[in-house]
Amino acid sequence: MPEFWINMGPQHPMTHGLWNMKVKVDGETITDAKPEIGYLHRGYEKIMEVREFQKNVVLTDRLCYVSSITWSHAYCLAVEKMMGIETPERGQWIRVISLELQRIASHLMWLASYGPDLGLLTGLLWCLRERELFLDLIQLMSGARMNQNFPRVGGVRNDLPENFGAMCRRSIEHFLEKVDNEYPKIFHESKVFRMRTEGVGRISAADAINWGVTGPNLRACGVNVDLRRLDPYETYEEIDFEPQVWHDGGAGDSYARFVVRYNELKESCGIILQAFEKMPKTGPYRVKSPRRAEGEGYAKTEDSRGEALFYVIGDGDDRPYRVKIRSPVFCTMAATPMLLRGNKLADVVAILGSVDVCVGEMDK
Amino acid sequence: MSAPLIPNLFDLCKVLTAAIIGIVQQIIYALSGPVPPLRGLGDLLGSDLVINLVTLLIVATVVVLWVTVINLFTIMWVERKLYSRIQDRYGIMISIWSLPFWPFNRTGRPTHKGTGYLQNLADGVKLLQKENITPRNADSAMFHISPVLIASSTLMVFAALPWSSGFYVANLELGVLFILAAFSLAPLGILISGWAANNKYTLVGGLRAAAMLLSYSIPMILAVIALVVFTGTLDPILIVQQQDRLIVLFGTTLPIPAWYAFGPQFLGFLVFTVAMIAEMERVPFDIPEAEAELVEGWTTEYSGMRFGIVFAFKWLRMLAASALISILYLGGWGGPVFATLSVGGVPVPIFPEEFWFLLRVYLLSAFFVWLSWSIPRVRIDQILNIGWRRLIPYSLLAILIAAGFRVIG
Amino acid sequence: MSAVAGHVPQVTGRPVPGIEKEVLEQLRAAFGPKLSDVKIVRPQLLEVSIDRKDLVPLCTYLKNTLGFEHLSCITAVDWKDRFEVVYHVENYYNGCMVQVTARIPYDDPKIVSLTGLWNAANYHEREAWDLMGITFEGHPNLERILLPTDFKFHPLRKNFAQEVDRQYITRRKLRGGT
Repeated sequence: MPEFWINMGPQHPMTHGLWNMKVKVDGETITDAKPEIGYLHRGYEKIMEVREFQKNVVLTDRLCYVSSITWSHAYCLAVEKMMGIETPERGQWIRVISLELQRIASHLMWLASYGPDLGLLTGLLWCLRERELFLDLIQLMSGARMNQNFPRVGGVRNDLPENFGAMCRRSIEHFLEKVDNEYPKIFHESKVFRMRTEGVGRISAADAINWGVTGPNLRACGVNVDLRRLDPYETYEEIDFEPQVWHDGGAGDSYARFVVRYNELKESCGIILQAFEKMPKTGPYRVKSPRRAEGEGYAKTEDSRGEALFYVIGDGDDRPYRVKIRSPVFCTMAATPMLLRGNKLADVVAILGSVDVCVGEMDK
Repeated sequence: MSAPLIPNLFDLCKVLTAAIIGIVQQIIYALSGPVPPLRGLGDLLGSDLVINLVTLLIVATVVVLWVTVINLFTIMWVERKLYSRIQDRYGIMISIWSLPFWPFNRTGRPTHKGTGYLQNLADGVKLLQKENITPRNADSAMFHISPVLIASSTLMVFAALPWSSGFYVANLELGVLFILAAFSLAPLGILISGWAANNKYTLVGGLRAAAMLLSYSIPMILAVIALVVFTGTLDPILIVQQQDRLIVLFGTTLPIPAWYAFGPQFLGFLVFTVAMIAEMERVPFDIPEAEAELVEGWTTEYSGMRFGIVFAFKWLRMLAASALISILYLGGWGGPVFATLSVGGVPVPIFPEEFWFLLRVYLLSAFFVWLSWSIPRVRIDQILNIGWRRLIPYSLLAILIAAGFRVIG
Repeated sequence: MSAVAGHVPQVTGRPVPGIEKEVLEQLRAAFGPKLSDVKIVRPQLLEVSIDRKDLVPLCTYLKNTLGFEHLSCITAVDWKDRFEVVYHVENYYNGCMVQVTARIPYDDPKIVSLTGLWNAANYHEREAWDLMGITFEGHPNLERILLPTDFKFHPLRKNFAQEVDRQYITRRKLRGGT
C-alpha cells in the first residue's frame, strides 16, 4: 500500500485544540509529519498595540486559557521592566502563590486529557475532580476560575482572602494523598501505560535545545534548565525547590515527559506551602504604575509549558508600540516532526499529548 | 444438584402454539361449512410440520427478545453504573420516574435520581430518530450490509447458546464449534464496513480490527481444543453436566466444584479469557475503535440506528463471550437449589439454573468492565505481539498439559 | 554541545553572577567597531545593536565560541523608517541572555536566515515573514504559518489598518446615518 497523508484534525477529539497534524504513513509507521497551525490566530500582537498597558492583561489571560495567570504575569513583568517599577514584596509572594496554583491546575488539566488519549478515561474524571480543589482556591483568591484578570502592572489585583493559608493547606493535603496513593495505580504502576509511553517520541537533548524546546519537555531530556532557577524572577530565589529533571540520561520519551510534569505537581505544592510560611503577613501588594512609558522591557518566565517570553516596546504613549509573545508550544511544534518520525500511527496521540499542546498560545 | 426453571423451552412453547393453532383451526373449521376447501387448510394447520415450525419461530423470538431486550439493557446498565462508580460519580440516573406524564411525574421529588435503567432505552430511541447518512463515494451495498452481517452473526451465536439445561433454541452436538464460528464471522463485517465507508480512518480501523481479531481467534480455538481433549464432546449441555460434581483429588472429595477453570485447564482458561477480551474489542484491546486516534474507528461513518446496532452488538458479544466462558470453564449453570416450591403442582426451584448462569455471566461481565476502565489501550503492534508470541505458545502448552493429564487419568 | 575554552561545562541550572560583563568584553574584543548601542540592562541581560550584514558572524561567534545554544525569540519591529529584527539568545550554562538587534532599511526588508545555526529560528522567521513581511534568505520553507496561505497582506506593519477607535457604533450609523 502506498504512503498517504492522514489529517489528524482540525476536528479531532483528542488533539486538544484546533490545529491540524498531517502525518504521512506507510502502513502503520510514520515517515513524515507536517503541523498546520493558525486556525486560532486572533491577531494578538496587533490588538495589543491599541489597548492601554493595563487593559492588555485581559487579552493575555486568554492566550493560554488553561493557565492564564502565568501568561498575564509574564506580560506584567515585561511591562514593569520597561517602566522600571517593582512590585512590593507581599505582592511578589502573592504572585508566586497564584502562579503555582495555576501551574498545578494546568498540569492537572494536561493529565486529565492525557489519560483519555491512551484509552484511560478514568484518569479524566479523577484528575478533574482534583482540579476542582484548585479552581476553588483560585476562585477564592481572584474571583474567577478561568481568565481571572488577576495580575496587575505593579502587583496583583487584590490581597489574599483571610485564612487562605489554611484552606490551601487542607486542599493540598487532600491532593497529595491522592497523588501519592491513587494516581500511581493507574499511571505509573500500570504496565500497559508504561508500554504505551516508554520509548515513543524520543528526542535527544542536543536536538531539543537546537529546535527551541523548553520547559518540562526539555527537562525530560535530561537538561537541568528551569527558568525559575536559571533566571529567577519574583521571589523564587528564596524558595527552596528542586527543578524536576529526568536524571537517567538519554530518555526524552513520552514517559519521561509524563514523569517530569507529574513530579512538578508535587513540587508546586511544596512551593505554595513554603510561600505561606515565608511571606510577610501584611504589606502593600500593588504599586501604582505610570500611565505612559517609553523604552523596552523583556521578561521570560517558566510557564506550565515552557519558556514564555514577552518583549514589550513602548514609545511614550499609553499603549505599547510592539508586543512580542513567544510561546513555548509554538517552538515545540517545530520539533514535532522529529518526535513523530519512526513511530507508529497509534503513538501520535500519545506523543502529542505528552508534549502538552495548548493552541491558544500557539496561534496567538 | 441443580434444576432448571424452564425444563424444556420447546415443549413449553409447543403447548402455547398448539393452543393458538387449535383456536385458529376451530375458526377455520367453522368457516369451512360454507366453503369446503378450507377444511384442507385446517388439517394442514393442525399437522405436525406447521406446529413445529411455528413453535420454533416462537422459541427463537423468545430467546432473541430475552437476549436483546432484557439482557442487553441490563448489561448496559451494569456497565455504565459500574464504570461511573469507578470514576467517582453517580452514573446514569434516568429511570421511570423521570417520565413527564402521570403517574410518573411526582411533584416535589427529584426526577433524575433513579436507578438509571431507562437511560439505555432513551439512547436507543435517540439513535432511532437520527438521520441515516451514507457517504457519497461509499460502496453503498457493502456499507449497508455490514451492520446486518454483524448483527445477524451475533444473534446466530445465541441460537446455539443454552441458558440452562432447558432454555435454548437448539442443542447442537457441535454447539461450541458453531458458537465460535458464528462469533468469528463478525471480523468479516468489520473489515467490510471499514473498507466500504471510503474514509481513511475507517480503513485503518477496519484493517487493525481484521488483523487483531484473526490473530486472536487462533489461541481461542487452541484453548478450546485443550478443553475438548478433556471433555470429549462439543455439546455445551454435556460440558456443563460434566462440571456438576466436586473435585476428587487423590481419593478425597474437596468441597470445590469440578469446574474446568480450577483444574489443569487453568492455563487454557486464562488464554481463552484474554483472547475473548480481544475478540470483544474491549479496552485494553479496543484499538480498532480507538477514540483517540481514529475518532470512532471503523464505525466512524455510521449514524443513527446503524451505529446503534454495531454499538449495541458490542455488548451482546460481551454477553455471548461471558456466557461461553462460563459454560466452558466456570461450570455453566451448576449451583445448589436450596428449596423447591410447588406452585399449582409445578415444581419451581428457588435458585434455578438460570439464576446461577446469569450470576456467572454478570459477574464475569462486571470483571471485564472493571478491567476496561482501569487500563489504557494497548497499541496494535503490541496487541499482535501478545497474541502471536505469548498466547499461542501458552495455548499449545495448555493442549500439552491437557493431553498429559488425560493420559495419566 | 559546543565547547567553551576547551572543556564541556555542565548545565547546572544556576546563573553565574557577573557573566554579562564577561560576555560584553568578549564581544567587544571580537567585534568592537561593528557593535553599536551596547548596554547592560540588568544582571544577565545584555543588549547589542548591529547592522544586518554582521549578523551571521556575530551569531556564529555567540553560538560556537561562547556557547549560546538557545535561540529564544525573533521579533520583527516596524519603526516607520526602518525595520528591526531582534534576536534573543540565551546561554544555558551561565544564564546570560543577549539581545541582538539588527537594523534593516525600510525599502529592502531582507535579512539572512539563521536556520543554519539554530533550527529554532525556523518557525519564528516564518512568523516574521507572515506578519511583518521580512524576507529571510536561506530559509528552507518561507511560507505563511499563522495566516491563510493566500492572504495578501502583512498585518503587523504600521501601514496596515489598525482597529478603529473603539466606540459603540449604533445601528443607525451602520446603516449610513450619523
